Amino acid sequence: MLVIRRDLVDAMVAHARRDHPDEACGIIAGPEGSDRPERFIAMDNAERSPTFYRFDSAEQLKVWREMDRNDEVPVVVYHSHTATEAYPSRTDVSYASEPDAHYVLVSTKDPEQHELRSYRIVAGVVTEEPVEVVESYMFAHTGSDDTPDCR
Amino acid sequence: MAVTVSIPTILRTHTGGKKSVEAAGTTLAQVIDDLEANHGGLKARLVKEGSLHRFVNVYVNDEDVRFAGGLEASVKDGDTVTILPAVAGG
Repeated sequence: MLVIRRDLVDAMVAHARRDHPDEACGIIAGPEGSDRPERFIAMDNAERSPTFYRFDSAEQLKVWREMDRNDEVPVVVYHSHTATEAYPSRTDVSYASEPDAHYVLVSTKDPEQHELRSYRIVAGVVTEEPVEVVESYMFAHTGSDDTPDCR
Repeated sequence: MAVTVSIPTILRTHTGGKKSVEAAGTTLAQVIDDLEANHGGLKARLVKEGSLHRFVNVYVNDEDVRFAGGLEASVKDGDTVTILPAVAGG
């Protein structure tokens, strides 16, 4: 299950709407081992395409180094589908390389109502998971440590 | 000629869990061959049919080698080679 704050969901949807009809992509970083998405990072789609996305390689290196320094991992890897449903394509599955990440798909096919779904993709196998949207992580079970976020 | 190679999570099964390893060579191709000699299986994850696999990004220091000669990119003593999974899809 993906437990995620509402403001982060809103940020992904807003990014997807903004870049429509091109695909939007990005990550939400979180502390290693926490399974808790916290830091929203919209990435450039180097392909600027309605049917394909690829993180810009220079931007990716910069962001990955930042995460390394902060002991963070990409808890969520998201992208949008602008003409099809929010289900991983064959290409999405072939590139999926983070077995611990939640792969979030946002469909902007319908101009009024977006569709947002989350998946695990491990060794080519796609498993959909429920998404629980919370106002704060303080009262939510957020994975292995289950420590309330008391900052 | 020793360089430090940073290994992504997905490939650490080949390095006994290590985040970075040392390798030798004056081109990226030589570095990858040296990696393969010590960490069997890595090369097949990085190279396909004589060029870099589309599923990975490889950087020498800060430069994506796709724009710097690919496997023929030159490396020198003290350089850092960073391997990251390409994040892409349709």
